[in-house]
Amino acid sequence: MTATATGTGTPSRPDVIVIGGGLHGCSAALHLSMRGVRVLVLEKDHVARHASGVNAGGVRQLGRHVAELPLTVAAMALWHRIGELVDDDCGFESHGQVKVAETEAELATLHARVAELRALGFSHEEVVGRDELRSLVPAIADHCVGALVSRGDGAAIPFRTTFAFRCKAIALGARFQEGGAVTRLARRGGLWSVETADGARHEAPVVVNCAGAWADRIAAQVGEPVPLEVIAPMLMITARVPPFIKPVVGATGRTLSFKQFPNGTVLIGGGLLGRAVRDENRTELDFAQVSVNARTVWDLFPAMRGATIVRAWAGIEARMPDQIPVIGPSGTEPGLYHAFGFSAHGFQLGPIVGRITADLITGGATDLPIAAFRIGRFAGAAGTIAA
Amino acid sequence: MSGQATRFDFDIAVIGAGPAGLAAAALAAGRGASVVLLDEQAEPGGQIYRAVTETPVRDRKVLGPDYWHGAELLGPLRDSGAVHWPGSVVWSVARPREDGPRKDGADGPRRIQIGLSRNGVAALLTVRHVIMATGALERPFPIPGWTLPGVLGAGAAQVLLKTSGLVPSGATVMAGSGPLLWLLAWQYLQAGARIDAILDTTPRENWRAALPLLPGFLRSPYLGKGMKLMLEVRRKLTVIGNVTGLRAQGDGVLKSVTYSRNGVEQRLPADTLLLHQGVVPNLNLANATGCAQRWDEVQRCWRPTTDDWGATSVEGVALAGDGAGIGGARAAEEAGRLAALDALHRLGRIDRTQRDEAAAPFRAALDRALTGRAFLDTLYRPAEPFRVPADDTIVCRCEEITAGAVREAVRLGCSGPNQAKSFLRCGMGPCQGRLCGPTVTEVIAAERGVSPAEVGYYRLRPPVKPITLAELAALPKTEADIDAVLKH
Repeated sequence: MTATATGTGTPSRPDVIVIGGGLHGCSAALHLSMRGVRVLVLEKDHVARHASGVNAGGVRQLGRHVAELPLTVAAMALWHRIGELVDDDCGFESHGQVKVAETEAELATLHARVAELRALGFSHEEVVGRDELRSLVPAIADHCVGALVSRGDGAAIPFRTTFAFRCKAIALGARFQEGGAVTRLARRGGLWSVETADGARHEAPVVVNCAGAWADRIAAQVGEPVPLEVIAPMLMITARVPPFIKPVVGATGRTLSFKQFPNGTVLIGGGLLGRAVRDENRTELDFAQVSVNARTVWDLFPAMRGATIVRAWAGIEARMPDQIPVIGPSGTEPGLYHAFGFSAHGFQLGPIVGRITADLITGGATDLPIAAFRIGRFAGAAGTIAA
Repeated sequence: MSGQATRFDFDIAVIGAGPAGLAAAALAAGRGASVVLLDEQAEPGGQIYRAVTETPVRDRKVLGPDYWHGAELLGPLRDSGAVHWPGSVVWSVARPREDGPRKDGADGPRRIQIGLSRNGVAALLTVRHVIMATGALERPFPIPGWTLPGVLGAGAAQVLLKTSGLVPSGATVMAGSGPLLWLLAWQYLQAGARIDAILDTTPRENWRAALPLLPGFLRSPYLGKGMKLMLEVRRKLTVIGNVTGLRAQGDGVLKSVTYSRNGVEQRLPADTLLLHQGVVPNLNLANATGCAQRWDEVQRCWRPTTDDWGATSVEGVALAGDGAGIGGARAAEEAGRLAALDALHRLGRIDRTQRDEAAAPFRAALDRALTGRAFLDTLYRPAEPFRVPADDTIVCRCEEITAGAVREAVRLGCSGPNQAKSFLRCGMGPCQGRLCGPTVTEVIAAERGVSPAEVGYYRLRPPVKPITLAELAALPKTEADIDAVLKH
């Protein structure tokens, strides 16, 4: 593939080089560009080629790790006026997310979850009973007893979203170089030197590592290896069926993400894993696992049993052992920031994490709590476990 | 079905029962391998010999001797001991890599997993070697109005003739170029069907390009038959040459066909318009399996990369016949035998010398069958306006995406068919790009001013044929479950 450059900015030396043209890289580029910072984004394939373009598109606060709660709530505020940020509504629709309890025991865990959030000062999740579940999701199977609901949640179109961030960043002066992977990263005399596979070399005082499932390789080059696991969450989609459901539905006792697009197709996922072959940009599906996912839908949505599956696929994503991302400055080098390892739930956080990175670079601090995400938490841990 | 024990335990799965698949299965099973022949149709024959065992067209001169040759492939298949499973829809072929988790238990090197459905029940079948004989598809012929009822592919029309003895009624126009168009016209003549006109879109300049290749074609086995057939059609039917523009018109249903010739526009009333501009490899299954493919500049299509034996880039997966590049039925048959010999060699049943010696006559026959191919490919290369249509023409029928929308996406930064899926949902419908893939490749390449090889092709995803959620949910998990499904 030949490298292609896009952008209106001058080819003068950028202030910041962002490695990775996924949603997080594009969001960092946008927020930096909004502040007049000159940004160059280096993308090894093309923007939104991997996780950012092929994920399920859930925009979800529901069920987040407690460390992510302040970020997810702040991100949600951005999603609800996403058009103001990127001049496109990104296909975002907010009909809530619903996590179904199939048994009384599951429902009890949902009550406990709400109590925990209340104690922490968060009120976006609530438990609903049998009747309200049926008014929200009329097609749900009879045996379901209730659900956890986050009414402000929703879903967007992943590729469209990432592309909108890219376009707005370019409109504000960012440049994008696509089709050349970063091969070497080194710091000399206060400047980062970044070399790409197409033979180019770029310099900037600041680098942001948003390289997703390849981010551990960037981190390793600067002496801070991380135990990043490369995963391939599988999704499948049906042929169009008449509209029958608005919210995104998940389950409590098993893995599921279920939603209908406005065009009638139904997306079924939930994180069951295929196999990623990241050096070949390729994934392999495991139909025995896809079958498990299909069985869940068969149980929860009897009306879907005759639906036709037209396609299944998997993205290549990064997961950290503690299920939360790496966000913040490097522990070893000045002028280096990380934002990766979103463990298959980074889409909703994209708009806010870019802002946090811009805060850190331009102001040295952010008003959101990110200590839990520091890369130093893996220092001394065993080296990479990635494929 | 033969008397297998409780376990379905095959060395080789052959997918597709056209000439390549029939010949491959018969040869491999005849030499002692356990072979299962998986095919979607109820009867063997593929598209070229479709319904050869049961066609209602009993007058043998209608479909012609080349068609009836297909029947000769069935005896060897029956005698070989190959197990034939008609009505099997293969929706996935996967070969988990060596270092990946084993999905097939722990006994031996059987590790290619085939997802298939029979009689509405899905199962995963594990074999050691796969020969895909998936054949050809009609090349899309995107013109304004090609989605109107009444417009169909000549290949589809020919299937109706073979399977049901059906011919078009009312005013019928055939348009395009390529051998199949002339063959179908000839078959309709024999059947007494009405053809109002044939609009020949073969570009005049193709003759100039093809002439240097004529000596090769003069030795082709197709020459005599082709000339005789074409002359008869030209003598008995109205053939209008040098047609450049083509448009199907009607209000909800086809009413007329408008065409341009020498800068003058003409109109013909039509109830049926049969379009054809050649065939391209049906590579969906190979593509979804991860087989590498390349752009063929002469045939203007993508074809999976194969060696002299049909082996693909995925170990244990071979392709034979038109699915690997268009060569015609006789070439497919020989390619099937070569792929079968190579499979036997790879499975350790014959050594290299035995393989090469046995292959010699098949290879010679293959060369003969391919003689003159370059002439046909060059002469019948479709004109650019019919491969790279104008803005108002729909290219993706499933999602109703026009060529203009594809060009607009290119201007926004869409660099290839895979990005077009994300930008436009182009190619994301149930046909998985079968009806738009070649067109989208060429439209994007032309708009970017680069070779189709550079823009690439859709990465296709299993299931390559739709299956129901219920089938997938009920996928048998254990060996005993699988046996229970496949036994019936």
